[in-house]
Amino acid sequence: MSNSDEKLSFISAIGRGIIAFLEVLGCYVVFAYRALSGLWRHTWSLRDLVEQLEKVGVGSVIMVSITSAFTGMVMAVQTLDQFLRFGAGDYIGGVIALSLIREMSPVLTGLVVAGRVGASMAAEIGTMRVTEQLDALKAFGLNDEVFVGAPRIVSSMIMLPVLTIYSFVVGIGGGYLYVVAHGVHQSTFRRSIEVLVDPYDVYGGLLKALVFGLIIATVACSEGFRAGNGAKGVGEATTRAVVWGDMLILTFNYFLSTFLFGGGG
Amino acid sequence: MRVSEASKRFDDHQVLKGVSFALAAGEAMALMGPSGCGKTTVLRLVLRLVDIEDGEVHLFGRNVAEADEEELIELRRRIGVVFQGGALFDSMSVGDNVAFPLYYCLGVKDRKAVSERVEEILTAVGLEGAERLLPAELSGGMRKRVAIARALVYRPQLLLLDEPSTGLDPITARLIDELVLKLKETFNVGVLMVTHDIVSALGVSDKISLMDEGRIVWAGTPLEWHESQDPNVLRFASGLRAVRRGERIEP
Repeated sequence: MSNSDEKLSFISAIGRGIIAFLEVLGCYVVFAYRALSGLWRHTWSLRDLVEQLEKVGVGSVIMVSITSAFTGMVMAVQTLDQFLRFGAGDYIGGVIALSLIREMSPVLTGLVVAGRVGASMAAEIGTMRVTEQLDALKAFGLNDEVFVGAPRIVSSMIMLPVLTIYSFVVGIGGGYLYVVAHGVHQSTFRRSIEVLVDPYDVYGGLLKALVFGLIIATVACSEGFRAGNGAKGVGEATTRAVVWGDMLILTFNYFLSTFLFGGGG
Repeated sequence: MRVSEASKRFDDHQVLKGVSFALAAGEAMALMGPSGCGKTTVLRLVLRLVDIEDGEVHLFGRNVAEADEEELIELRRRIGVVFQGGALFDSMSVGDNVAFPLYYCLGVKDRKAVSERVEEILTAVGLEGAERLLPAELSGGMRKRVAIARALVYRPQLLLLDEPSTGLDPITARLIDELVLKLKETFNVGVLMVTHDIVSALGVSDKISLMDEGRIVWAGTPLEWHESQDPNVLRFASGLRAVRRGERIEP
């Protein structure tokens, strides 16, 4: 193979990769549109919505608690010495809170839920597909994408912001415990949060959580619906749901951070 | 129901090659044939779970391919379907599975009426008192009976059965046949049964179509099947006849 042929095949491989990436994104967008736009036109189950709220929300509390508490503590460990050295110990609470509400809480909650709930949704729907349960829904005259997808997407979009607020509170608690145990007065910690954290930061963090909730459930449901036959197909769909969910959360986090908190603003 | 010259291809594989048959109201038909001959694809075409490539499927006087979303929903709600594996909803109890079409297809709100109807239909399929069991706790035969109950609970005009006796022991398979026959007569539903179980087909149906490699190669009544010297019929039935004589089946 000549040098120019190698270059061409390399470029075409990149092109194929980009097309495949856009195809997958397109599938997710179409799925989310169909599932959510059908909410007013098609039948769906309120009971299923409540079950999903419980699965996404209550079921994730322990993992979010542990992740957030230790993240808050680690942030305190990493920043406290530096801040004290430069005489900025008064700002430690605010800086931890700001990092948590803008970035760490929405992203960590998103990643935890994508791993735990996204995988479970993809596996459940994939199994429904291979055991003809989705066909049974269609045979009953129901729109399977709305009936199965909509309650999951809506519950995820409701619970992610709730879990993010919870993660923020627990993370602050973790940081607070470490900082106060190392000599910073509790009122200093609290006051710095009041000074540095603006309601806009909270709204921005919640908006991110809302978008991540949409991403997690859409990716998981879409992969479940596209699952191949047999246990292998369901396993692959589950893996794709977690991988794509995590990748999209991190990618969208960059764009949302730039848009919401970017230097130009 | 009328299926005319239905054809379907999956990738490079031509699964159906111009299948035609008709089913009158209250009539039972068995679509027989070896595994992979396209029987289940016919059922999926009738429900428009897959799109037809060529030909037409008419249900209750309406061309299924031309039906819009609302019409398709209405057509599907006049049909009860029993999928091969039962397709019961794993996360729901037997009672909730059977009640499902009443709540979500017919929009019934009266819980007491639903409960009574579920009890009635479960009794009809011999599963009284099984409401609280989960699908995972049921045997293969019980799962099929729950699937039949779920398909019949909202009194459809047509019942589609995909391999109702597959995977069942002969005694349970015959119980399912008797049940289908009894329900057909009680509720006067049309039945289209896809099967490779000759005993089921002969016992339940008013007419039989034999498929091979995507085509209907023979059609007639159960009596004509018994008397047929058609090589396709003989070839399909020979396995069963050899077993009856205790002979070894040549590969």
